[in-house]
Amino acid sequence: MTGDHQTLALLLFSAFVAVTLGITTWVSRNRHGSAEEFYAGGRLFSPMENGFAIAGDYMSAASFLGISGLIALFGYDGLLYSVGFLVAWLVVLFLVAELVRNCGRFTLADVVAARMNERPVRIAAGTSSVTVSVLYLVAQMVGAGSLVALLLGGKSEAAQAWTVIGVGALMVIYVSLGGMRATTWIQIVKAVLLLGGTITLTVLVLVRFHGDFDRLLLTAAERSGHGEAFLAPGLKYGGDWMAQFDFISLGIALVLGTAGLPHILSRFYTVPTARAARRSVVWSIGLIGGFYLMTIVLGFGAAAIVGPEAVRGSNAAGNTAVPLLALDLGGGANSTGGTVLFAIVAAVAFATILAVVAGITLASSASVAHDLYASLRRRRSEPRSEVAVARAAAVGIGVVAIGLGLLARDLNVAFLVGLAFAVAASANLPVLLYSLFWRGFTTRGAVWAVYGGLIPAVGLVVLSPVVSGSPDSLFPGVDFQYFPLQNPGLVSIPLGFLAGWLGTVTSAEIPDAAKHAETEVRSLTGAGAV
Amino acid sequence: MRYDDPWYDALASGWGELDGTGVPADVVPPARREREEGAMVAADVYLEVQRSAAFQEVRSRYRRFVVPAVIVFLAWYVGYVVAATTAPGLMARPVAGAVNVAMVAGLGQFLTTFLLTWAYARHARLRRDRAALELRWDTQELTRGVRGGTS
Repeated sequence: MTGDHQTLALLLFSAFVAVTLGITTWVSRNRHGSAEEFYAGGRLFSPMENGFAIAGDYMSAASFLGISGLIALFGYDGLLYSVGFLVAWLVVLFLVAELVRNCGRFTLADVVAARMNERPVRIAAGTSSVTVSVLYLVAQMVGAGSLVALLLGGKSEAAQAWTVIGVGALMVIYVSLGGMRATTWIQIVKAVLLLGGTITLTVLVLVRFHGDFDRLLLTAAERSGHGEAFLAPGLKYGGDWMAQFDFISLGIALVLGTAGLPHILSRFYTVPTARAARRSVVWSIGLIGGFYLMTIVLGFGAAAIVGPEAVRGSNAAGNTAVPLLALDLGGGANSTGGTVLFAIVAAVAFATILAVVAGITLASSASVAHDLYASLRRRRSEPRSEVAVARAAAVGIGVVAIGLGLLARDLNVAFLVGLAFAVAASANLPVLLYSLFWRGFTTRGAVWAVYGGLIPAVGLVVLSPVVSGSPDSLFPGVDFQYFPLQNPGLVSIPLGFLAGWLGTVTSAEIPDAAKHAETEVRSLTGAGAV
Repeated sequence: MRYDDPWYDALASGWGELDGTGVPADVVPPARREREEGAMVAADVYLEVQRSAAFQEVRSRYRRFVVPAVIVFLAWYVGYVVAATTAPGLMARPVAGAVNVAMVAGLGQFLTTFLLTWAYARHARLRRDRAALELRWDTQELTRGVRGGTS
């Protein structure tokens, strides 16, 4: 990467940072400091705005760079990720979005605690939400560090570390000063930039092949050196039965995890009604589906135009496939077009990471302040002070994420994201579905469902080959690997559901029929919704 | 009876204003007012609404769509993932040109997702929204009624 790339890319980065900081100051110019405003942006966003913001929250750098990179290297197996990430939205649309909007106020715990003994449920749901958010956040920070450092040409440790610290500092500023309103607008700007960049590259790829998708696939297959096998599943996940189970586990975690991600759930509270929440999900499914369809073209395009050897040569995980593709599509390494396109793609990737971390930080600070702090403190105080706690929590979470991001910077980003999805699906989804749909669900069931999913999910990862026992693991020197799969979802998701059921049938508590009636009537009609 | 529930918390500022959707802004839901005397009665209101034929109709319309749809798309997705990992031979069978069964199935997943999204949105808009909105106002009227009519 030459100096021109870096200068232009840095210029675009700075422009994006300036614009987002401008948005943050502009939206916070007349804030009241209410919880409603800080967590939910005043609930005044339109479905279209929220749809773009959801898409912005969801389309992380892992999708933009990671999935197209996987397709460029492994062909069809990369595409399996995009299918899982999209189909997951049907779970959100059918079972979660409207009902959660109708019954909750700011967080996942609101929905569950409404029917139960509030304190233990809120602590459990708050803990799991913070865990999921921090895992997801670390994934994005690690991605930010390695990608931005790589794109800017600085491969040194120091450049990575400063990128992680810089991203952390910016996200804390956005969230603690601007709250949900600033975060949402940053997501919208980012979603538009990302879609614009993706559409441009896709059109350029298709123009290069004269609109002939068939020839694009054939060229990619030929250039990959795998021939026809490149277009069929099996190159990456086709190994022994353990690899196959691992992939099925990942596939299930992806499809069930989205509905348990705290930063996605909190987005439904930014619109006024359940109907608006539904329409924003429809918008986001359209945007996200279109985006993933285009990443398929970009991935095969990178394989056909750049070639897998060149991609692998730049980054072993394939994360730089799209920037390299942009360089080539613009006219090559030393042309103006190539420089400009490369810089734009780099800037879009940076904007993507920055926006996603802001969204997650906000959601986790809401969990800390609204669920954990509110339950653990002695006396009840004014809502205003809860927002102050949330702002402080954003700073604290920023510091934790920077620290973990620096520690974990050699871990694979896609793995960390898959893990966050697995924990969300194991700990958050069972309790959410049970409290919305099961008449007999009790407090003990709720608490067990959360911990019964959270502890196995995290525990199995600690015992997995990711942490120890193989050359690629976090601690290659020691071996306490007792669980063969990298992704715990296949085991921990059923355990979460089982624990919730077991806790309910063994508890002496008689489920409150009136509270259940209230949840059911509210969730389906919106009566009394905030 | 204690009210630590966040639904019953003190109001944050700025809500109950115009919600920007063209629908009149919500009246202050009564659950937050005069909580002491109305509490038990409000619980009865929800039980009563839950038992009403109108609510049961809305609920069964929702379930009649969602339950089969969830089963269908989850089975189709899990089948796809399992087939992709355990039956690569089948998935590699060519269909037309470079396009094979795997590619058709993958794009088929995108297509069914879009179609189900459209079908759900349409079903909810035509079969559920109006009835749910009426129930919402009725329920809020009833809960307000038991609180003595002021809001």
